[in-house]
Amino acid sequence: MKSEYKTLGTSQNSLIKKIRSSEIFYNYKHNLPGIIGSVIFVVTILIAIIGPFFTPQNPYNLVDISLSNSYLPPAWVEGGTIRFLLGTDGQGRDILSAIIYGSRLSLFISITAMILSCTFGILAGLIAGYYGGKIESILMRITDIQLSFPATLLAIFIMTVFGRGVDKVIVALVLVGWVRYARTVRGEVLREKTREYVDASKTIGLFDRAIMFKHILPNTLTPVVVLSTIQVGTFILTEATLSFLGVGVEITKPSLGLLVKNGFDVMFSGCWWISVFPGLYIMIIVFGINLLGDFLRDELNPKLK
Amino acid sequence: MLKLVIKRLFQMVLVLLIVSLIVFILSSMIGDPVSLMVPENASPEEVQAAREYLGLDKPIHVQYLIFMRDVVKGNFGRSYRYYQPAMKVILERIPATLEIVFLSVLITGVLSVLFGVYAGAYPKRSSSKTIMTFSIIGISLPSFWLGMMMIFIFSIYFGWLPPSGRGQLGTFLGIKSSLFTLNGLKHLILPAITLSLANIATLIRLIRAGMQETLKQDYIKYARSKGVSQRDVLYKHALPNTLIPVITIFGLQVGELIAFTTITETVFAWPGIGKLLIDSIYSVDKPIIVSYLMIVSAMFVMINFLVDITYIIIDPRVKIK
Repeated sequence: MKSEYKTLGTSQNSLIKKIRSSEIFYNYKHNLPGIIGSVIFVVTILIAIIGPFFTPQNPYNLVDISLSNSYLPPAWVEGGTIRFLLGTDGQGRDILSAIIYGSRLSLFISITAMILSCTFGILAGLIAGYYGGKIESILMRITDIQLSFPATLLAIFIMTVFGRGVDKVIVALVLVGWVRYARTVRGEVLREKTREYVDASKTIGLFDRAIMFKHILPNTLTPVVVLSTIQVGTFILTEATLSFLGVGVEITKPSLGLLVKNGFDVMFSGCWWISVFPGLYIMIIVFGINLLGDFLRDELNPKLK
Repeated sequence: MLKLVIKRLFQMVLVLLIVSLIVFILSSMIGDPVSLMVPENASPEEVQAAREYLGLDKPIHVQYLIFMRDVVKGNFGRSYRYYQPAMKVILERIPATLEIVFLSVLITGVLSVLFGVYAGAYPKRSSSKTIMTFSIIGISLPSFWLGMMMIFIFSIYFGWLPPSGRGQLGTFLGIKSSLFTLNGLKHLILPAITLSLANIATLIRLIRAGMQETLKQDYIKYARSKGVSQRDVLYKHALPNTLIPVITIFGLQVGELIAFTTITETVFAWPGIGKLLIDSIYSVDKPIIVSYLMIVSAMFVMINFLVDITYIIIDPRVKIK
């Protein structure tokens, strides 16, 4: 028993050591944008997960909200109170709480959509690249046509047909997003297919499925990681845009984009805080993700080394 | 080269056919026009009559052929809201949208080349690093929020520029446009900048990366040793070669620009086709939605075609393939 623990301990130790002595970790420590990006990303995710335990009020709970607190400015502006740090909206909802709940929804939608579009895209890319022939040309023509059409516009039309809703936004984002994955993975598979290890696997009689998923797939994942990072940022912006245009999430559970929209009409009467802060928070999240994505791209791209 | 152009033309027609099929299927899913036409207490016979009148009782492939015949004729039905042919309603609003797109392309082209070339030529300078930071912020901004902030700062706070609407129209060479009056330009400038920012940010990054690669090449060293001035090296020798891949992406971005006018026009209450589309979605004005889709996708396909042709003309290597 004791010796087992020991080996486990040492292997973990060596993994940490391996990471700490790796080139990527060294470059990461010396890359300020990478550090800033990853810190922003981790912190925003943490806020989304544990934030609701600390928010001053639950913006979805009507008992918490009082109309007498409507349109209060932020705490540092005359007329604001420390109770509502970033002010309140027309229904007396605390903007800070609304932003935290909204960021939960925005991140949930975009990360789920990223995982789903990643799965479908990888599958399509693997099949197209590995089998080639007719199935490849059909799949690639579909991606060609879709890529010649602006993603935002496509998402707007899908939402027009399906109607509002969180699940529908995710479907729209997946339908828009799988294409890039499919193309990237197919390109990688085409390169990997010519390698000797694939021939060797075929010679020893492995099934196609095993070769595709166990042997080729791991070698194509580097660009997929980079793409996924950036894709989360793109999805957050697309979801915000859809919600702003009124074809996104339902009004009862606002995402960050819908919060901005809600503040739009009252901005002309001087209540700027209702839309300024949610928009600013979208920008901060996506900025962090883009910094991280840039770092990963430069780091994982062997061509640049 | 002619063979390539013909091949691309053929592909273009094929893509348009597929798009029309998709639009047809999607549009048949947006609401039921019969329920909009007949009164609530209509008898089944009356509903059936309306169905036959609209041609909805025919098999789906016949319906598609009828739809295609109307599309070719440019007949998309009458708008439910404006009581005019949908095509006419859209065509009336296209100039307003093209104005912003035109000004935006101009701003994007000039600024991204200037900043991109600078950041690529002097990557170590702190001013270049500032440019790059701003370009990352630029692609992280939701464009509708940026538009609102511009309205807040320049219209509400300082009161310099009008917050919404299209200004006075002037006539120049027979073209009516708000580009030709001061009032019109004042209305145009905020939407155009909002529309440009994300594209400027992306293009700066592309041009910078391209310039850095190009500047390492031997012919640049040769030009330098010949004594060509720095400005000519950058703009006459390095930039043209950098721009070849950039043009493709810029072409695709013009498509994105038209898509993003929906957002900008909604924020600035600009009477173009983008705002028309969003308004029509709210009121389920199907003829307008369908004709917008067909016109805009035809535009995209045309743009892609033109980009490919430019590519063939600029880059002689494409011909060999």
